Amino acid sequence: MSKALIQTVTDQFPDAVIASHAYRGDQTVVLQRDGLVDVASYLKQQPDLQMNLLVDVTAVDYSVFGKQPATAFFASSGVQVRPTSGIPDGDPWPGPPAEARFAVVYHFYSTVHKHRLRLVIPIEESDTELDSLTPLWSAADWLEREVWDMYGIRFRGHPNLKRILMYEEFKGHPLRKDYPVNKRQPLIGPIN
Amino acid sequence: METDKTINTDATSESSQELQTRDMMLNVGPAHPAMHGIVRIVIDLNGEQIEHTDVEIGYLHRGFEKMSEQVDYNGVIPYTDRLNYVSPLINNMGYCMAVEKLVGISVPARCHYIRVILSEISRIGDHLTCVGATAMELGAFTVFLYMIKAREYLWELVEKVTGARMTVSYCRVGGLKADLPADFSEPCAEVFKEVRKVIAESDKLLTRNRIFVDRMDGTGIITAEEAISYGITGPFLRATGEEYDVRKDCPYAVYDQLPFDVPVGTRGDNMDRYLVRMEEMEQSMQIVEAALRDIPGGAVLVNSETGREIPAAEMVDLAKMGEIESISGGCAVAGPTLEGSSGPHHLSIASDEKRVSLPAKEDAYGNIEGLMRQFKLVMMGHGLRPPEGEVYFPVEGANGELGFYIVSDAAGQAYRVRVRPPCFAIMSALPLLLQGDMIADIIPTFGSVNMIGGELDR
Repeated sequence: MSKALIQTVTDQFPDAVIASHAYRGDQTVVLQRDGLVDVASYLKQQPDLQMNLLVDVTAVDYSVFGKQPATAFFASSGVQVRPTSGIPDGDPWPGPPAEARFAVVYHFYSTVHKHRLRLVIPIEESDTELDSLTPLWSAADWLEREVWDMYGIRFRGHPNLKRILMYEEFKGHPLRKDYPVNKRQPLIGPIN
Repeated sequence: METDKTINTDATSESSQELQTRDMMLNVGPAHPAMHGIVRIVIDLNGEQIEHTDVEIGYLHRGFEKMSEQVDYNGVIPYTDRLNYVSPLINNMGYCMAVEKLVGISVPARCHYIRVILSEISRIGDHLTCVGATAMELGAFTVFLYMIKAREYLWELVEKVTGARMTVSYCRVGGLKADLPADFSEPCAEVFKEVRKVIAESDKLLTRNRIFVDRMDGTGIITAEEAISYGITGPFLRATGEEYDVRKDCPYAVYDQLPFDVPVGTRGDNMDRYLVRMEEMEQSMQIVEAALRDIPGGAVLVNSETGREIPAAEMVDLAKMGEIESISGGCAVAGPTLEGSSGPHHLSIASDEKRVSLPAKEDAYGNIEGLMRQFKLVMMGHGLRPPEGEVYFPVEGANGELGFYIVSDAAGQAYRVRVRPPCFAIMSALPLLLQGDMIADIIPTFGSVNMIGGELDR
C-alpha cells in the first residue's frame, strides 16, 4: 500500500493538510478549504503527479453519522464484519471530519502515472462555500452543479451554478440527511 | 436569445446587398423522436450552424443515491440494475465489488470469472445498441434490426444465467446469485458465431458506406486534452487516442489474466468512436472465450453427496412435523428457478465469509443454521454491517469509468452511495462537441454519446 502521493502533498502543503489515510488502499488527503485550488493545480501540473482526470466531485452530509435511528427492534444485532487476513486493515479510517457537517470529496486520476488520489474538504454548515475547480477542469462544471443541487454547497467562481438534476423551483437539497426521503413537492411545469 | 445581425451575402459585389438574419433558438426534446432518452437540448442556430448549446438533464432522476441510503447493502443491487439498464451486470459488479472492498473480503476466482464473462457479454449488448441506434438514426434501419437481433441472442445468454434479460440483480455482496448453467460455453459459442456474423455484416453495410461515413467522419470532434478535461472515459476517450481503460490500467477481478487489446482511435470524431466500439465488441468476445477456457472449478452438475434429495417445500413440511432425521442427512432440491444456487455451486461462487454472503438456498430452506444466516442478512435491521470507512471502486462500464463511492457508518445501510456515471461527463461535453457543426450532426454525435438516462440522471 503506497502512501507516496499523500507524502508528496503533505510535504508540499504542510499547512493545508489536516489529516490523511490510505484506508483500503485509497490514498486520501483531508484538506483545509483554502488550500483546495493550490493543491489541485499542483496535482494537475506537477510532472510526477499529472492528475489530469477529475474523476468525480461529490459530497457527504456527516450530520447523522453513527446516529441513524435503528430500523428494527433487533437493530443492534447486525453482524459486523472484519476483513480477512488477505486484505490489510493496518491503516484504519480516521472517521468523519470533526465538527464539520459536510465533506466535499474529489477523486483524481492520472492517465499518465496511473495513480488515484482523493481529496476531502470539510465544510461547516455556517459557511457552505468553497472555490470552484472549473478553471482547471471542465468536468467540474456539471459535477459541482450536482453538489450544489443535492447538498446546497456553493462554489465560488462557478460560471453557471444552477440546479442540474432537480428543477429550479425545487426547495431544499435532497441528499442532505435532514431532507425526508418521502417528502413530495409539486412539480412545476417547464421554465420557459 | 434572438439577436439581429446583418451579413453580407455577396462580399464581392460592391452594391453590398444586405440580408437581415438572426439567430434562431431550436428546442430539441425532452421527448423527441430523434433522441433516444429524455434530454432537452436548447440550440442557438446561425443558419444551419450550431452556435451554442444548452443541455438540460434530470428528467429521469429517481433519487438512486437517496434510496440507497434507506435499504440494506444487498437491497441496493436491484437499484443498480436500473442505472445503465442496457448493461446492468456491469453496474451490479461495480457496486458489489465496492462493498466487498469496504468490507474487506475477497470472492472465489470462479466468481470473478463469471462476473467478467457476464460483464463482457453486457458490454457487447451495450455497444450493439449504441451502434445500431446511431445507424438507424442515420437511415440504416437494417443494421439496427440486425444488431438488436444479435443483442437479443446475448440477452438470451444472460437470461440463461440470471433468469432475466435486463433487470438481472445477479451479483450479491460476496458472491453471485447462482452459478453458470451446465456447459454454458456451448450456447455462448453459438451466440458469438451469430454476433460475429452480424458485426461483419454491419461492418460491410456501414464502414465504407458513403452516406454513413459522410455523416460520421469529421463530426463531433473532441481532442484528447479536451476529453480528459471533461472527465470523459471509455470508448469515447479512447477514440481520441488516449489509451485509458480501467480494465487494463487499474485491473480488477481477473482482467489482468485475460488477453485483450484496447482499441484506440486517432481523431476523436464520430467515425472513430464507431470503429472503437466495433473493435471492442470483438475484444469482449475474446475475453469471454478466454475466460470460459480458464474458468476454474467447473460447474457441479449433480448434488449426489448424500443421494437423498428432497424438494425444498417437502423438506419444510417434514421439519414442521418434526421429522428431522431425514433432513439432517439430506439436501433440498432447489426449484428450477434457483438452478445453480445449491450448495456445491454456492461454495465455488460465494465468499466463505458467512457474515457477508447469503447461504445456499437449500441451507436457507433446509436447516436452522442456514435459515438464521439468511435471516441475519436479509431481515430489516439485521444485515451486513461493514466497518466504518469510505472506499471508491471503479470498473469499466460500457460508456467509461463507472465508479462507486461508498461511506459506511457501520450501520445496516450504507451512509452514502455515490455513483460516478460515465455518460454524465460525456453529456457535459455535448455543447463543445456540437459547437460549429451542422444541425444534422446532432444525430450522429448524440448517438455516439450513448446517453443512458438511467445512469445519467440516477
